Amino acid sequence: MIRVQAGPFDPGEELAELAREAPSSGAIASFVGLVRPRSGDEPVNLLELTHYPGFTERIMAEIVEAARQRFSLEACRVVHRFGTLQPGEPIVFVAAASHHRRAAHDALDYLMDRLKTEAPFWKREHGPAGARWIEARQQDHEDRSRWEK
Amino acid sequence: MRILFYGRLSEAARASERTMALPAGVCDVAGLRHALGREDEPLAEALAGAGVRVAVNGTVVVGEMPLLGDEEVAFMSPVSGG
Repeated sequence: MIRVQAGPFDPGEELAELAREAPSSGAIASFVGLVRPRSGDEPVNLLELTHYPGFTERIMAEIVEAARQRFSLEACRVVHRFGTLQPGEPIVFVAAASHHRRAAHDALDYLMDRLKTEAPFWKREHGPAGARWIEARQQDHEDRSRWEK
Repeated sequence: MRILFYGRLSEAARASERTMALPAGVCDVAGLRHALGREDEPLAEALAGAGVRVAVNGTVVVGEMPLLGDEEVAFMSPVSGG
């Protein structure tokens, strides 16, 4: 299940809903990404996130479906925000339910590595020195490529 | 047709969206990219930047794609999800 929304979400509530969807799983792992308060030495005042409505949801659904198959997940949930966010606010929620711990943990890593490099979101940080675009780093692409083996 | 610009391309194009007719003589994505950058050096440079992807009607173009003029064409700079 994927959701892209402008408003805030409650990670605890998302986790509880996922648990209800996966009553026979033996392991649930979750990850919450937050808006960073600093970027290097600069404070971040705001994060602006745009996406491509329709296209973004489709790419995210493909990534989630690939994770479900690859790790035999019982359930999987990704919630991603767009719009204007404050430092410290949750920006992404990812959770996976599986029979065993390892698959759930690996699924989160896989999902985040693919979301960082493939999900059509564009980030712009606003700080005292102005605004700057954030793009996936070389490290993100290297992290993504380890799943191609 | 509807042209969308995402990420730093929206800054180079000074708009996130343009509605226009298919420029005369243009029949594919490469032609459209060239026409958009003509007389607009910053946009031409941005469109030629590393990692820029194009989607036509919501499908990423691999290689080349013919255009008729009724499409939605999105030019996307490298993403940063998560």
